[in-house]
Amino acid sequence: MNHIAPGRNAGVYNYDEIDRRFVSERVEQFRAQVARRLSGELTEEEFKPLRLMNGLYLQLHAYMLRIAVPYGVLTSRQMRKLAEIGRKYDKGYGHFTTRQNLQFNWIKLEETPEILNELAEVDMHALQTSGNCVRNVTTDQFVGAAKDEVVDGRVYAEILRQWTTLHPEFTYLPRKFKIAIMGSEKDRAAIRIHDVGVFAKRNDKGEIGFAFYAGGGLGRSPFIGKLIREWVPEEDFVAYLEAILRVYNQYGRRDNIYKARIKILVHELGQEKFTAEVEEEFARLRGPKYRLAPEIVAEIRRRFGGPSFEDLPPVSAALEQAKAANEAFARWVAVNVTEHKAPGYAVATVSLKPAGGIPGDATSEQMELVAALADQYSFGEIRVSHAQNLVLAHVKQDDLFALWTALEGAGLGTANVGLIGDIIACPGLDYCALANARSIPLAQAISERFADPARQQLIGELGIKISGCINACGHHHVGAIGILGVDKKGVEFYQITIGGDPTLTTAIGDILGPAVTEHEAVDAIEAIVEVYLANRHDGESFLATLKRVGHGPFKERVYAAH
Amino acid sequence: MPLIKDGCIVEDDWTHVPDGEAVPADRPAIISFERFQAERATFEGRNAALGVRVKSGTLAPAIAADLERFALIAIEFPKFRDGRGFSTARELRERYGYEGEIRAVGHFIPDQYQFAVRTGFTSAEAPANANPESWARALTEITVAFQPSLDDPQPLSLLRRRLGA
Repeated sequence: MNHIAPGRNAGVYNYDEIDRRFVSERVEQFRAQVARRLSGELTEEEFKPLRLMNGLYLQLHAYMLRIAVPYGVLTSRQMRKLAEIGRKYDKGYGHFTTRQNLQFNWIKLEETPEILNELAEVDMHALQTSGNCVRNVTTDQFVGAAKDEVVDGRVYAEILRQWTTLHPEFTYLPRKFKIAIMGSEKDRAAIRIHDVGVFAKRNDKGEIGFAFYAGGGLGRSPFIGKLIREWVPEEDFVAYLEAILRVYNQYGRRDNIYKARIKILVHELGQEKFTAEVEEEFARLRGPKYRLAPEIVAEIRRRFGGPSFEDLPPVSAALEQAKAANEAFARWVAVNVTEHKAPGYAVATVSLKPAGGIPGDATSEQMELVAALADQYSFGEIRVSHAQNLVLAHVKQDDLFALWTALEGAGLGTANVGLIGDIIACPGLDYCALANARSIPLAQAISERFADPARQQLIGELGIKISGCINACGHHHVGAIGILGVDKKGVEFYQITIGGDPTLTTAIGDILGPAVTEHEAVDAIEAIVEVYLANRHDGESFLATLKRVGHGPFKERVYAAH
Repeated sequence: MPLIKDGCIVEDDWTHVPDGEAVPADRPAIISFERFQAERATFEGRNAALGVRVKSGTLAPAIAADLERFALIAIEFPKFRDGRGFSTARELRERYGYEGEIRAVGHFIPDQYQFAVRTGFTSAEAPANANPESWARALTEITVAFQPSLDDPQPLSLLRRRLGA
């Protein structure tokens, strides 16, 4: 196998020979498992979790392969490999997911070992992206670049990636287990809707520690994660998680798939009893065997590449001139560009949500273009955000206009990050065997209705999230406007919720009223937006207006015609 | 049921005795933990080794008080997907210091064998038609582990280590 060394400037963990050997052994192990399935030695029931733990999922029409993008960070070389796989083994495109991974939706089982082999060439894999194990750990897409960052979550996410990989005790859990970690003041990783949410912070002495939330999750019974410990010192990071997982593995329900997530255990035991169980286990586990020594953390940190920033003036004259000369560019900067911690740099988000497009989809050509732009402008590094967009995290402000011009030319210059067109949607009934309704056509219709970028900017931050069934992969519960697809006697209907919030002040949205048809849903969203605009005070967010005026005016307007 | 130890099929000295049947006094016998609880006095002063079979829902603390009576603990996997047994074995070893044989029984597949060894199992019962090659390979196909384990007492130290190196 040809290993292609990643650029040392990209902020990814650089594999060594042991990491590579592990991944290639895993590929060969899966190849043998496929052969044992084909020979009948493994039953389909036995093979299923084995293929799921290699990222292979059977959907409505074909196999889907979900490739891990650890904590959402990719090198340009890795992105090019994804583009190549998309072209060679799929239909020339891929789909970025809400867990910062990439899915190919049209994969053949027998080609999978070869695809995994190709991924291994660029230090990638599809391990534990599915199945009842600890999944890819997600984090803030602005990690290492954000101005409000306190702790770089990547190092700890990588420690978790390694520690959870083929964990001998926790690979056959009651259900899947998702961890998110964030280390900045603003929660961009939605940690309280995860099985475990970790908030990395520093104490007065500057030491790193973690607050732990447990039992969050959406699906048919949405719960917000409960704070179970305010401070876990860095050296106990692994021991504490081991304690949580051991309690869950032993006491989590296995009699009913819908009650098997840790959120149900936390709910049924109660926060206090659950916390006591974890603390008891933690007290026993704490000690030299599970101690995360500072040397280990330092060693993992050392293996990360990273940009070396130039000394630049904080304000770029070139940027100011370009903004003044070009209204569309100025809007893109206002909407898609975020402050960087280094003077003269900026964080640019590439929207994968063009009007009428499929949220999160990118063609192989688009992936290659973004890879080239990352090489040119952002140290060869790309991030995937949980909102299904891409991020170039370290762009010189001087270069923003050239970057935007290139993106715009490829249909990637949409200025709608965080706005109403930046819709999160699950694959829905177009792909998924579980779905009750399609999500993609509705997302397309809504984004077309609000296609005007000036109008989107006027409306301001407003998240729409669409799920095609109650499993809630589109996170509809925490959308400011959430849409849930339901099936009523064979007809697709959509139930609208308002008031959801995915940040640390997490809230589950309330159902507005009876479900509506696809066509009515677009009008209903427009009605909700109009009520908001008519009622909002200066600078007031949708959630703040809703809180002040209540559901009444929204409900009245949406159902007025009925 | 072929018995697997260290990746090889070996002779099994133990007999599973179903509830209600007589327990042979002169050779190693495995009875259900429920039967042990109900008839514990019967087994006082027994010379031959005694083992118990525990259901996946019976966790380590439930059997901890009687561990010294058992030369073997057979942990049942009702379905191979039910991974509670891995925690039970680990707790028996780490928390209660159990040093006897821990055996995986029930629906258990070679692909889990290495996890079992790493969590403290010493043997596994394979299905009658088991392919010995798959069981042998299960211990050698992955040579890297990222966690400390029962068969490898080193602390977390490097996080990444070669197995058996």
